[in-house]
Amino acid sequence: MAYALQQLINGISLGMIYGLIAVGYTMVYGIIGMINFAHGDVFMVGAFIALISVVMLMSGGLMDGPAALLLVLAISMAFTALYGWSVERIAYRPLRGSFRLAPLISAIGMSIVLQNFVQISQGARVKPTEPLVTGGIEIMRDGDFVVQLSNMQMLIIGSTLTVLAIFTWLVTKTSLGRAMRACEQDRRMASLLGIDTDRTISLTFVIGAALAAVAGTLYLFRYGVIDFYIGFLAGVKAFTAAVLGGIGSLPGAVLGGLLIGLIETFWSAYFSVQYKDVAAFSILVLVLIFLPTGLLGRQEVEKV
Amino acid sequence: MSASILSVEGLTMRFGGLLAVDAVSFAAQRGAITALIGPNGAGKTTVFNCITGFYRPSGGSLRLTRADGSTAQLETLKDHRITRAGVARTFQNIRLFQGMTVLENLLVAQHLVLNAATGFGIGALLGLGGYRRAEAAAIARASDWLRAIGLLERADDPAGALPYGAQRRLEIARAMCTGPQLLCLDEPAAGLNPRESDELSELLLAIRDGRSAAPTPTSVILIEHDMGIVMRISDHVVVLDHGRKIAEGQPDQVRNDHHVIAAYLGEEEEA
Amino acid sequence: MNSQALGALREALIATAVAFGLFVLMVGLRTDVSTTGALFLRTRWPEVAGLCALVFVGRLILSLWNLREAKPPSLALGKLGSKAAIVFAPALLGAALVLPMIPGIGRYELDLGILVLTYVMLGWGLNIVVGLAGLLDLGYVAFYAVGAYSYALLAQYFGLSFWVCLPLAGILAAFWGILLGFPVLRLRGDYLAIVTLAFGEIIRIVLLNWVELTGGPNGIGGIPRPSFFGLPFNMSGDPNSFAGFFGIEPDPVHRVIFLYYLILALALLTNWVSVRIRRQPIGRAWEALREDEIACRALGINVTTTKLTAFALGAMFGGFAGAFFATRQGFISPESFTFIESAIILAIVVLGGLGSQIGVAVAALVMIGGFELFRDLEEWRMLVFGAAMVVIMVVRPRGLVGSRTPTVALGTRRAIGAEHVGEGRG
Repeated sequence: MAYALQQLINGISLGMIYGLIAVGYTMVYGIIGMINFAHGDVFMVGAFIALISVVMLMSGGLMDGPAALLLVLAISMAFTALYGWSVERIAYRPLRGSFRLAPLISAIGMSIVLQNFVQISQGARVKPTEPLVTGGIEIMRDGDFVVQLSNMQMLIIGSTLTVLAIFTWLVTKTSLGRAMRACEQDRRMASLLGIDTDRTISLTFVIGAALAAVAGTLYLFRYGVIDFYIGFLAGVKAFTAAVLGGIGSLPGAVLGGLLIGLIETFWSAYFSVQYKDVAAFSILVLVLIFLPTGLLGRQEVEKV
Repeated sequence: MSASILSVEGLTMRFGGLLAVDAVSFAAQRGAITALIGPNGAGKTTVFNCITGFYRPSGGSLRLTRADGSTAQLETLKDHRITRAGVARTFQNIRLFQGMTVLENLLVAQHLVLNAATGFGIGALLGLGGYRRAEAAAIARASDWLRAIGLLERADDPAGALPYGAQRRLEIARAMCTGPQLLCLDEPAAGLNPRESDELSELLLAIRDGRSAAPTPTSVILIEHDMGIVMRISDHVVVLDHGRKIAEGQPDQVRNDHHVIAAYLGEEEEA
Repeated sequence: MNSQALGALREALIATAVAFGLFVLMVGLRTDVSTTGALFLRTRWPEVAGLCALVFVGRLILSLWNLREAKPPSLALGKLGSKAAIVFAPALLGAALVLPMIPGIGRYELDLGILVLTYVMLGWGLNIVVGLAGLLDLGYVAFYAVGAYSYALLAQYFGLSFWVCLPLAGILAAFWGILLGFPVLRLRGDYLAIVTLAFGEIIRIVLLNWVELTGGPNGIGGIPRPSFFGLPFNMSGDPNSFAGFFGIEPDPVHRVIFLYYLILALALLTNWVSVRIRRQPIGRAWEALREDEIACRALGINVTTTKLTAFALGAMFGGFAGAFFATRQGFISPESFTFIESAIILAIVVLGGLGSQIGVAVAALVMIGGFELFRDLEEWRMLVFGAAMVVIMVVRPRGLVGSRTPTVALGTRRAIGAEHVGEGRG
């Protein structure tokens, strides 16, 4: 029982990270109808920028306390947002409205570029740091097994919820959010009504990248070890989460993220670690067979 | 007294909570043109989609009676099986294969016949005779239809490059190339100018009477908003409104039916 | 300075500012592991300055060049594409046939030729699924893997020869093609893409972890090398070996030449089947499916079997290629069957353009050959490769060949421009 509870906590905090990345996928898909294959690598860039900021602050003796963590987060979000903006500008905007295969290949190319750019700039070796946020609180005790909610996990859950709350407010209450939803529904009409669709789409990518940066920073704090390859697997799983939840649906992305995180954690805890990714992918396949538009997705009825 | 080719009984279609078609019953006679009319949103295309297998009806019976007397219950069949049963259709928004030539479009329509001649695919791959003959026959048939609709010179142009009126005619010819007994047309006259509408009427009458490239008369059901065409060529008219049948009969009868007038023009004050 | 030049200057300055933001941290501060194991930062400001200057100059040139009222090159090349194909194709084929005979062609060039031809064959195989039927498959490497492992295991456990295993590998791969195709029939576009990607990854992970069957990360070694229809390629020179039988000096290059012609034959088989099948009802049905699936259903075409046939046939050729790969290497491991391979093969098909056979061949030649040629760049090679993918797609989104050739005509066959041809929603 205690073991299960611990897995639940672990799964939720992992799922939150996936959810943050998944929201970026689903936003972009909702607004321009394409899979941003490079998004996972934007997450990786976010983790690296956070790493550089951490080392920078450490060498200045400033890496202490929650203010420092927030500063790292802010730096990561700002610079990663720039990466997100650039990716859209270079690889996707010229192909907008075009057919769907070219943007996909362009996105894959961009993913390769980002991975190798980081690899060349920062060196291919794995970068280890000490865990930056330690300690936690004990939830319950079952014999020798202690169920712990670590400070790191609380940070993850707390920041994710905060960020998502801000983001939901942004999408539902502000004019930017309205513009985004208008572009999602009918881009040409939105443009005719005076909405700057280019700017709206760029902002969508920027916000998605910022969320991925939060995920990357939290990932760095949590695991302490990053390399240029973490983007691919996290990206694929987060995309799986977005599709699972119903692509185009924001709550779906978060729900999907949580589900993938939980499935992965419980599977590795109770069955085998090696096949945890297979479990997540298989769930995706099964869900899509029976619910082709995902759990919370919009039913796309093609007019005959 | 000609037999009915399609007998629709109690057709009902529900989308979630919305009742789009409510117990509609009518019959389309063999060798006749039956028009399905009604204001926008009346459920005409929904009925069509049920007949042609794109929707599975929530209830009711759709009995197709073929020339040889055999019947088929269309509500139990999937879309491609309905075509095999002898029903062909066109679409409201033209669905031609834009990137294929006019001729190729008509060859795809003869897929079933050609496929049967390929000898499980292997024979044709190896170039054995049967397929080549079948393909030549299919091309000849396609040419007949192209001549009938006046597009023979454009046989090798991409379908997407044709003007609108020509695309509509091509779609009808393509449907006819499947060799149907019942042709279902969804707003064939939409967007046509008066001259094109006249040509369309001629074509449909020829199809009905067996004077077109098809050797035998073909029954027709059409959805149409152009009342000129409806009155001119239909033998039988069925009127829908809000998912229900409100009138059925000869064109002249229906034209003067006050329920129909009210449905199109709005309710008159109760005199 | 006129206003246009000012505009170009402004664009260049903005680009430089963005570049600065992108590079200042990532390039400027490199994290390295010190002797104590801790991380420290190494500054590289000159590199940042250099990159920003490069961006400035590059963007300026691009902006100024765009200002000239020149027709974009992509349109001009488009019409050329289809005519060139008629001339180009026999030339390429001829070159491929005589390559091993050309003096000065050694082991390295032959190996490169084998590599390119393998990707050409994989491209032609995937072309059936993506190019003809319009089904977006991101997991094609799975069938390549099935073919390779089938051959390896069949040879290992049953001692069957290559010529017996080859069709078996193809059949097994085709079977998997149907199995993996079945669940995805209802899926559209990007859903189809992600599920096929998931399948590819599932197969790779299973191969990696099912150690008893597949050897896990160590793979399977000792795969029997090919023989010339029963005559082994060894250096002994005795009458039962290839060299001895033909009375020539034994040379390791003989086997390589044989492998070269083998993959050439397999690739040409794939091509021949694809070209012929386009004229068959099933081939036309695939292209019609790509254009408009609903219209296909209304014409009596069983979309389910049509899609499954495309998956099966494409998978079969992938399986053949996999079997060839296994016999050529003598050793296989899951490392060779990653997602990036699927991505590269898909890129080759998309770069080829509009389901064109010659397009795929040229695209494979350019991409794989180009990748080899830039060997000196080492770690920069992949970066350039990725950038090339982006640039090529932006410049020619529909691929090299800008038109589709109809399979039948009453008069003369005229190429259909890319603006009409659909990409498929499946």
